[in-house]
Amino acid sequence: MEKDQIDPDFSVVIIGGSAGSLNALMQILPHLSEIKSFAIVIVVHRKSTDEQTLEELIALKTIINVKPVEDKVPFLPGFIYIAPSNYHLLFEKNRTLSLDTSEKINYSRPSIDVSFESAAEVYKSNLTGILLSGSNADGTLGLKAIQKEGGTVIIQDPKSAEMPYMPNNAIQNTVPDYILNIKEILQFILSIDN
Amino acid sequence: MIEDIELETLINEVYEYYGFDFGSYSRASLKRRVNRIYQLDGFTHFEDFLSKVRYDPEYYKHMVDEITVNVTEMFRDPAFYTVIRNQILPLLGTKPFIRLWHAGCSTGEEVYSMAILLKEAGLLHKSLIYATDINAKVLDSAKKGIFPLRMMKEYSENYRDSGGKEDFSSYYTANYGIAKFNDDLAQKMVFSQHNLVSDTSFNEFDMIFCRNVLIYFDNELQKRVINLFDDSLAVLGFLALGTKETIKYSIAPGKYKQLEREKIWRKIR
Repeated sequence: MEKDQIDPDFSVVIIGGSAGSLNALMQILPHLSEIKSFAIVIVVHRKSTDEQTLEELIALKTIINVKPVEDKVPFLPGFIYIAPSNYHLLFEKNRTLSLDTSEKINYSRPSIDVSFESAAEVYKSNLTGILLSGSNADGTLGLKAIQKEGGTVIIQDPKSAEMPYMPNNAIQNTVPDYILNIKEILQFILSIDN
Repeated sequence: MIEDIELETLINEVYEYYGFDFGSYSRASLKRRVNRIYQLDGFTHFEDFLSKVRYDPEYYKHMVDEITVNVTEMFRDPAFYTVIRNQILPLLGTKPFIRLWHAGCSTGEEVYSMAILLKEAGLLHKSLIYATDINAKVLDSAKKGIFPLRMMKEYSENYRDSGGKEDFSSYYTANYGIAKFNDDLAQKMVFSQHNLVSDTSFNEFDMIFCRNVLIYFDNELQKRVINLFDDSLAVLGFLALGTKETIKYSIAPGKYKQLEREKIWRKIR
């Protein structure tokens, strides 16, 4: 039943990170010109009072349309979505996004684990999870869930990360498909449309 | 972890046995909440969980209390409160009597935030603040006006960011890890149980707050609840939602006017 809900030409790249991940994103996003067959979702730890800054900063660095995430917005390929501050970002089966203000997970809201697990349930093998720099354990359980559902797991090479704790923790507790530096992560994303 | 089909079974059984309809709740969040309580309470077989819910009304109540999200803050989104302070209270203040409704008030942090604003504007004495929730447990807690002391640093920063000029700590008494808010703030509050899914309008209000509650509902139910608010709101009254929520898909355009960038709408006809 659930298999029917997977849309073969819609895949999702979900990127999580904490301290040091913004720099990594700034080295990836400006080099993407167009994404046709997939959507990019960014879940990074941010201050609860930061309402727009991150969205504006990322929108400046990419020519891809950054869609503001509001409750139940349609989720479509070709766009970048950013988890808003002070909400957990969840994925509904009907191709919309929803939000949740429940307890912080890993001291974080948005939590990377929450969004990764939710995306894995819906997008299964069409999902790629990428975990970047950070100094918190968030993201590891999420990557495990992605792997369990048949998705692809990529972890930033801790040597190339400003804060290696988060990728290291994930490497020790999962079996990643790839451990890549920033340049290689960019190459991977560029290859999806081909 | 429970499966999608099991979640649907639970929804149907709860409706059949207790009449409570979770059918219009957003599934992604609902499933997370149910899984959380399932694991916290140590279940490994869905059938055991289901029969516990079915045959033990106390456990059912506990489950509903745990499924509904009760995370709230004082002065969450300070800019929102700045607009209330500077633009809305001067308008409401011209009325002889002000009626407010906090729908889905949870443990009451926003109700006390609002009471502080009304007090500072010299309007609390002629206000009545209704605070409702489906969850009786959180209402009991809200009535007491007791919040964790460790949160006060963040709340006083929020208060200051919202334009507050008083000493925030003068509004509560600190004691053994708790902050008990002054009784005069609670004098004009009325707490009662109300279910947005099934109950109707019960009064006419000048301002209704329902922040971060609609995100747990599907579009259909959101529409119904917003129309319930519309029925409960006086002309020229205000409706306030969470920063990521909207009335756009639920109400005829032109009936409400949005205030700047905030999620506050004024009923203009």
